[in-house]
Amino acid sequence: MGERGKSDDMKNRKTNLEAVEPETGKTASDKLEAHDGMGTQANVTRPHPRLGREVQAKIGQQLRAMYDEVVNQGVPNHIADLVRRLSEQD
Amino acid sequence: MKLDPAIRDQVLATVPSLRAFAISLSGNIDRADDLVQETLLRALSHIDSFQPGTNMPAWLFTILRNLFRSEYRKRRREVEDADGRYAETLKSHPEQTGRVEFEEFRTALAKLPPDQREALILVGASGFSYEDAAGICGCAVGTIKSRVNRARTRLADLLAIDSVDDFGPDRPTRAVLAGGGRS
Repeated sequence: MGERGKSDDMKNRKTNLEAVEPETGKTASDKLEAHDGMGTQANVTRPHPRLGREVQAKIGQQLRAMYDEVVNQGVPNHIADLVRRLSEQD
Repeated sequence: MKLDPAIRDQVLATVPSLRAFAISLSGNIDRADDLVQETLLRALSHIDSFQPGTNMPAWLFTILRNLFRSEYRKRRREVEDADGRYAETLKSHPEQTGRVEFEEFRTALAKLPPDQREALILVGASGFSYEDAAGICGCAVGTIKSRVNRARTRLADLLAIDSVDDFGPDRPTRAVLAGGGRS
C-alpha cells in the first residue's frame, strides 16, 4: 500500500511537472507584462493555450533557418569596406 | 588613434549575425542594411565606451536595437496603424525579404508586436541568454521570458501549427499531459 502510493505519487509528480511548467511561466509573465504597461487588462487575464514541445521546436527551427540563411552570407563587401575605413580613421 | 585590430575583428565577426537580426527585426533588406551601417558608424565612433573583454555582440545588438526602436516610435507617430502597414508592406514585396520558403514565417513574425519579435529573435535565433537579451532590450529577465512565450503562442496561432492534427504521433502524449495537469 505504502509502496504503491509512493510510486503513484512519483508518476503524478513527473506528469504535473511537465504539464505545469509552461503554465507557471505564463502566470509569472502575465504579472510582469501588466507592470510593463504593454498589455491591456483583457490580454493579461485571458488564458493562453498551452504550447506543445513539438510546436515550439517547429517555430524555433523555422526561425533559425531564416536567421542562419543570412548569417551564412557572411560579411558583404560594402560592410567590410565600411568597417575597414572607419577603423583607419583618427 | 587607429582602432585596435583585435577589436575590429570582433566587430567584423559580429556583422553576419547583426545583419540577420536587422533583417528579422525590420523585415526589409534595404532598411536592415541602413540599420547595420548606422550601427557600425555609431559603434566605431564611440568605441571608447566599449569595454574590452565584455560582450561585443551584445553591445552592437543593443545599439542596433535602440536605433530600430527609435525609428519605429517615429514612424508610429506618423502612421496610425504602424503594425498593420508594416505587415502589408512585407506582403507586397516578398522579394525584398529573401527566399520565398520563409515568406509565410516572415509575414507571421512581422505581425508580432516589436517587443515580442525582438525577444524571440534574440533568444531563439541569435542565441543570447535571457539575461543578455534583457540587457539588450533594457528590461527585466522575466519580461523577456514572458515576451518569448507570447511570441511563440502567437506565431503558433498565425502559422496554424498548433492543431493536434499536425502532430498525430504526439496526440496520446498531449492527452496524458492535459489529463495530468487538470486532475
